[in-house]
Amino acid sequence: MNGFLALTSIAAPLIRDNVDTDAIIPSREMKSVAKTGLADGLFAGWRYREGRKPNPDFILNQPGYAAARILLGGANFGCGSSREHAAWALAEYGFRVIVAPSFNPIFRANCVRNGIVPVELDARPIAQASGPLTVDLPSQSITVADGRRWTFAIDSEAKAMLLDGLDEIGLTLLRAGAITAFRAHDRTLRPWAYL
Amino acid sequence: MGRTIFGKIWDAHRIESLGEASDLILIDRLLLHERTGGIALKSLAEAGRSIVAPRQVFATMDHVVDTLPGRSDRTIMPTGRDFIVATREAAIAAGITLFDLGDPRQGIVHVISPEQGIILPGLSLVCPDSHTCSQGALGGLAWGVGSSEAEHALATATLRVRRPKTMRVTVNGTLRPGVTPKDLALHLLGRFGSAGAKGHVVEYAGEAVHALDVEGRLTLCNMATEFSAFTAIIAPDDKVFAYLKDAPFAPKGEAWDAAVADWRALASDVDAVFDAELDIDAADVVPMISWGNSPQHSVPLASHVPHGSDEALVRARDYIGLGEGAALIGQPIDAAFIGSCTNSRLSDLRRAAAILKGRHVAPGVRAICVPGSGQVKAAAEAEGIDRIFLDAGFEWREPGCSMCFFAGGEHFGAQERVVTSTNRNFESRQGPGTRSHLASPETVAASAIAGCIADPTQMEAQS
Repeated sequence: MNGFLALTSIAAPLIRDNVDTDAIIPSREMKSVAKTGLADGLFAGWRYREGRKPNPDFILNQPGYAAARILLGGANFGCGSSREHAAWALAEYGFRVIVAPSFNPIFRANCVRNGIVPVELDARPIAQASGPLTVDLPSQSITVADGRRWTFAIDSEAKAMLLDGLDEIGLTLLRAGAITAFRAHDRTLRPWAYL
Repeated sequence: MGRTIFGKIWDAHRIESLGEASDLILIDRLLLHERTGGIALKSLAEAGRSIVAPRQVFATMDHVVDTLPGRSDRTIMPTGRDFIVATREAAIAAGITLFDLGDPRQGIVHVISPEQGIILPGLSLVCPDSHTCSQGALGGLAWGVGSSEAEHALATATLRVRRPKTMRVTVNGTLRPGVTPKDLALHLLGRFGSAGAKGHVVEYAGEAVHALDVEGRLTLCNMATEFSAFTAIIAPDDKVFAYLKDAPFAPKGEAWDAAVADWRALASDVDAVFDAELDIDAADVVPMISWGNSPQHSVPLASHVPHGSDEALVRARDYIGLGEGAALIGQPIDAAFIGSCTNSRLSDLRRAAAILKGRHVAPGVRAICVPGSGQVKAAAEAEGIDRIFLDAGFEWREPGCSMCFFAGGEHFGAQERVVTSTNRNFESRQGPGTRSHLASPETVAASAIAGCIADPTQMEAQS
């Protein structure tokens, strides 16, 4: 996965609370045992009308937002099912940043593992800005052309993973010795935990 | 300073600090299902990696399998078979335990794990499924993850986790007669909102919680994910130990005695400090139902659709097809559904059957019961509960998640009103445009009989 440093893009506002993973990628759109082929199903219930015709009222179908790589959301974004397909679909569609006042914890972790930066900020004032936003991860900031700037918090583990596009499993396997030693000792303390 | 049950389990599983608030945490058990687990196994194999502890990994078929009698790998959901076959092949190749179709132990992952003694007090367990929080009812630290984290746990027996904050929800006193664990879960959501426990490990405590049997605790903990919790947990007690004793994967003999001695020390210390506390009086909880398109839209059954011009409220009322101030009791329904990891266990079916016995579903109402596991189904049939459901006009299905959600196969119709014992009333969750009302199995049963939303406490049991 490619690392993330900074991105300048139009932001699409979808500012409603409790946007759930069923809405992001409906279960019926998860058609194969794969992490790909999901972008077409992103927000399918809102994005399409009968006969899979684009719903002109939906934000991503409106002119000017087709190239948006930043999504502005409401509170508790990504609640519901743990399906990582939600993050896969967003990433495949092209989103690299989601700004929302709060995220569901599983969804947030899924974003980080798939190169999407979850920015915890109230998106309403940012949505008022016209023109593209620049999201800069090293300085943890969002700026707009008129000079306004917001900073956001992100834990160092998530930041490092996003910056470097790390293979998390590979990273943990570097600690295999410590894991093996811990398990050997733990087995003497909690033998019933080992089958 | 004393430690919480969460703190004790976390400390016992912390291999290393990863800096700041993140730790490398040992994972004792990993559960997979065909919807999100097969892909983790496949991805692991494609990366040329192997499973560290395959005997501690289990897979079941529950999410896309049909629940119709005589089912096979073929599914009503297009491509469902691909998920089943891929998961089966990957599970066999990886050497993990598989509860396949036709296995009497097959069922919904959060129903079978406690039955089989896979989750135990003090263990860490993850599953790529948000309702994994249910299993905290047994006193283990169990939480939902994504498929990539599941793959990480397979390959390393660990996860890199940010230490969550803690919240204690104490339910003082005694629940009123006729008030169920589902009502308590909906009460908490209605009162504190769906972000009420945001990111916290919620410990359910207090007299009313410990008065619940293990199955009731599973229902309460199940909806912690709707409460935005990291997960839920309840300190294990004698009820939990009795429930788990002799379960197939629980320790036996001296190992059991040693384990129970250890588990008795798990409860939070009296001087443990939580990051947040909520205290409620059990007597304030009444039978509940959801009215809108979010689980936090839960109100007393005997009340009304709320007033207000807030955009989200307007949208929810439009979706559900009910106006401001509309009474919930008496709203005509099209369907009734009893099942899901929330309410599909033997005690749920018994309580619903007590209402259904000697009665019949109202004309025009489609009523379905899906037992949570093969074990639940067999036990219910041994008691004649299947006959009560069938005689009342319910369908009696094979175990699985079924119409808790619409995966492209079976579903309820557009604008159909369904009273359901499940956990999510999101838009189109149970079918495109379907209107779902979350409630207890008793309320679902009473509503099926009445043909409209009905209060089970107003319906005398018939002998």
